Amino acid sequence: MLNDADRIFTNIYGWGDAGLKGAKARGDWDKTAKLLALGHDEIVERMKASGLRGRGGAGFPTGLKWSFMPKEVKDRPHYLVVNADESEPGTCKDRDIIRHEPHKLLEGCVVAGFAMRAHAAYIYIRGEFVNEARRLQAAIDEAYDAGLLGKDAAKSGWAFDIYLHRGAGAYICGEETALLESLEGRKGQPRLKPPFPAGVGLYGCPTTVNNVESIAVAPTILRRGADWFAGLGKENNTGTKLFCISGHVNSPCNVEEEMGIPLRELLEKHAGGVRGGWDNLLAVIPGGSSTPLMPKDVCADITMDFDALRNAGTGLGTAGIIVMDKSTDVVKAISRLSYFYKHESCGQCTPCREGTGWMWRMMERLVRGEAESHEIDTLEQVTRQIEGHTICALGDAAAWPIQGLIKHFRPEIERRIAARHAVDAVNAAE
Amino acid sequence: MSIEDRIASDQPDSFAFSKDNEAEIKRIIAKYPKGRQASAVMPLLDLAQRQHENWIPMKAIELIAAKLDMAEIRVLEVATFYTMFNLKPVGKYFLQACTTTPCWLRGSDEMMRAIKDRYQISSGQTSACGRFSLLEVECLGACVNAPILQVNDDFYEDLDYQSTGALLDSLEADAPLAVGSVLGRSGSEAAAGATTLAAGKPAKATKKRSAANA
Repeated sequence: MLNDADRIFTNIYGWGDAGLKGAKARGDWDKTAKLLALGHDEIVERMKASGLRGRGGAGFPTGLKWSFMPKEVKDRPHYLVVNADESEPGTCKDRDIIRHEPHKLLEGCVVAGFAMRAHAAYIYIRGEFVNEARRLQAAIDEAYDAGLLGKDAAKSGWAFDIYLHRGAGAYICGEETALLESLEGRKGQPRLKPPFPAGVGLYGCPTTVNNVESIAVAPTILRRGADWFAGLGKENNTGTKLFCISGHVNSPCNVEEEMGIPLRELLEKHAGGVRGGWDNLLAVIPGGSSTPLMPKDVCADITMDFDALRNAGTGLGTAGIIVMDKSTDVVKAISRLSYFYKHESCGQCTPCREGTGWMWRMMERLVRGEAESHEIDTLEQVTRQIEGHTICALGDAAAWPIQGLIKHFRPEIERRIAARHAVDAVNAAE
Repeated sequence: MSIEDRIASDQPDSFAFSKDNEAEIKRIIAKYPKGRQASAVMPLLDLAQRQHENWIPMKAIELIAAKLDMAEIRVLEVATFYTMFNLKPVGKYFLQACTTTPCWLRGSDEMMRAIKDRYQISSGQTSACGRFSLLEVECLGACVNAPILQVNDDFYEDLDYQSTGALLDSLEADAPLAVGSVLGRSGSEAAAGATTLAAGKPAKATKKRSAANA
């Protein structure tokens, strides 16, 4: 288990003062100017060396992403945009950073913004997080009053402003280009890439969009050293990570652990174990609703990192772990996710707009067994028609949970169909 | 849902922002670069909604369009795309119940049942007394504290049938329970006791669910 001394988020449960005084006592904003004195490119190099991979779901190397920003600021200003539109079912870590460790995020914005030669950051927070937005705005105001933001941010000589922008209820705005559209005052419908945001992003200017957790860990990584971070976790899957453990465990919780921790150890050490014991486990969704579920036999040995989970046919995603015990109607659990994606499709691409509704209606029939066996194959084929055929990854995200269900629980779906047919046959005979 | 169902048929004849909100609008627009005032459309819709009993009349849409130099249809398009903008009246207490899989696994059906038993309403409806509106919503992003009921701006967490009833009692008396976990969790630490960060752990323990309600 990770030592408390190696944890970055030491106030994640909100036991201490989330304000500036408490944050400083925990080491935030400590000689920030010295970090900036490393220079733009050295910060990026050190972030690369740390091995940090984006914490929003895709796991793209953060330092490398920052390096895509132009090396010179020409006629268009550079922007950092922080994605705090946390809405992936199973995920609730950024909320805790915002309400209990807001200064880690703000200092991270200054460091990251400076590294990419930006003088402004917009933090896009989901609309439902009203109280969280108030806390974050209070922290921003506090930072301005203390001279940590503004014309000479933290006495570094670098001007830096942070603006908070609230969303209004749309999962799709967690997709980076939909977020930019929304920030510009339009419907949150994703843009075609290329051009990528680093070339043409917010207001047509070079922009990098990062997840809250990716930004919030940056100052600590630079202070403690890239080697420290890279020494935790596994090769290519370094550092610590906030895991969100929800569903059928005895004590659901968020916890910061080392990347690559075995799933079983994570659940048993921190979340009180699976309700009714390990043998009562049915399946786990490891990285937020978009990642395909894993049945119990896969869960036994799997480690929680990008590569191990990808090799198991699923993903680390946001590390939102949804645990289901044997009492779960697993077809219904996935069907509910299908409804989620239907509800959240922005309607721009036909395969997603039409397909998410089609898949959900089909899933509802499968919940009741009102189908023929061959329709399972039809559904599987339709998921393949949607996956990879849309502008953004929402289509993929809607397809994957169903693919995972069919792959691992096909006998359960067929059992329901057979049971339904048996009832129908009896009714017909009467 | 058709557009007719989303927008109130009974509309006020006028809408104007309060003096305080006019000042706030100036501060909001200043956050965005010159000429990019359209970025302020969502914050302004939110302001209008807060000023106008939690729903946005069409006159406010027209006013915001004029203020931001946008076509009215662009503002309406934004107002209808995002689910948090109400274009028709809702009760004083707007109950938004999360029923997405993580909340469902932790008993959101029971939370919904507590609301339905009391007011005989389903999603999208308002109670006979007019004070409570219910909406089933998608993931509220607090899954570790599931199930969640959002009441206006506030999240109530770790609910079950009984505690949802107690929450509704408190709302009926206009003396809402303390916001957050009904088990007394300060955040997302394990209710049975956090396993990390021992040095910062406060002395007080979280409340236990009663056995009858476990």
